[in-house]
Amino acid sequence: MKKSQLMVAALENGTVIDHIPSEKVFDVVNLLELQKMSTPVTVGANLESHKMGRKGIIKIADRYFTDEEVSKLSVIVPNIVLTTIHDYDVTEKRSILMPDEVRGIVKCPNPKCITNHEPMKTVFDVIDKNTGTLRCRYCNKEIAHNEIKLQ
Amino acid sequence: MALAGNSLISLEELTKEDILYLLAQAAKFEEEPNRRVLEGKVVATLFFEPSTRTRLSFETAANRLGARVIGFSDAATTSSSKGESLKDTIMMVSNYADVIVMRHYLEGAARYASEVSPVPIINAGDGANQHPSQTMLDLYSMQKTQGTLDGLNITLVGDLKYGRTVHSMLTAMRHFKSKFRFIAPRELEMPCEYKEYCRKYGIEFSESRDFDRNVINSSDIIYMTRVQRERFTDLMEYERVKDTYILRNDMLAEAKPNLKIMHPLPRVNEIALDVDDNPAAYYFKQAKNGLFVREALICNSLNIQI
Ligand SMILES: [Zn+2]
Repeated sequence: MKKSQLMVAALENGTVIDHIPSEKVFDVVNLLELQKMSTPVTVGANLESHKMGRKGIIKIADRYFTDEEVSKLSVIVPNIVLTTIHDYDVTEKRSILMPDEVRGIVKCPNPKCITNHEPMKTVFDVIDKNTGTLRCRYCNKEIAHNEIKLQ
Repeated sequence: MALAGNSLISLEELTKEDILYLLAQAAKFEEEPNRRVLEGKVVATLFFEPSTRTRLSFETAANRLGARVIGFSDAATTSSSKGESLKDTIMMVSNYADVIVMRHYLEGAARYASEVSPVPIINAGDGANQHPSQTMLDLYSMQKTQGTLDGLNITLVGDLKYGRTVHSMLTAMRHFKSKFRFIAPRELEMPCEYKEYCRKYGIEFSESRDFDRNVINSSDIIYMTRVQRERFTDLMEYERVKDTYILRNDMLAEAKPNLKIMHPLPRVNEIALDVDDNPAAYYFKQAKNGLFVREALICNSLNIQI
């Protein structure tokens, strides 16, 4: 049995976030504010993966995530796998894809964009789900995935 | 008619039919610019960034349609200089006006205004982003002088990197089968994203640094833009190219008889004064066409068809 499977199997109730690119592991920790959790959190980085070379995995005991949290997550780490565990059983396993549009999560990097000057939500269209490229619906600026900053 | 009673924010959202419809309406306004179809209506022109040329064109259009015009020509004189949000300004003005023509220094301002405003918004330029009435008058000028928007050889010259009008023209011309030539110095060449856009929509194009007789003699439209010194990081490069992209009358000796030279104006020195008297010079008439196009845009925003 592989180490990562062991880690999953050890969780009684909670959520496992898998297939995180290694360099994004701590972004996920910050985004979900896992450092503030009181229940056990296991963070693994640089684990071997057939698909990704190196990957990260995070398991969080006694915590489930809302659709809004998952949607935020998908913007900074596309193509992760979210596993929900109840009583040692996997009750749900889903791949999280980027949504078609991203509302109120990402900041537009264009300083001359109206969204940085008015009290309003940003809206981005996801123009390439594979590369994670976004386009601001207001100023039309394209943002590469590695340029994405949260609002 | 697909786009009746709508805001006009970007040409990207117009279909080919929409564009042809608006051009046909503009042609009717050219036949008779004075049509009092907006009697009793109020058109607001909100210029958060000054642009005398565009504002006068829109206000003349509104006046010739019989509308009253309210507005401001500079944000310094309005409450937005006191920190009022754009939304509040738009909400206030929409209490008085039937349609709002706005120009703003921030990109995306017109789209946001159209989302909060109960009356239609016409984008008269939002920062470096969109300026749809300029592009519509460019298309109108090409169609009027060439009889079509298909099968033309269109040469874009000068600053193709920062030039909003040339980018916007490509967006609108994706519906038509014309060929483009991009003539620019290395530092101002057409950005990759627009070349990618051309490939995606099957717009044929070629690129060159040389603005020579071969190029000129095979063009139906030459669209000149300003090459600004401050755009160059390398002033040697500027010195090398600055005269290359100046069009002089003697360069037009063997041009096609249907050639028209266009320019979004104001020009600095990229078209020599001796070109002005050449029958190919079209830039002043092009600007005049803006009036007819803007009459069409204002009427369309209010569901008025002539
Ligand atoms: Zn933006």
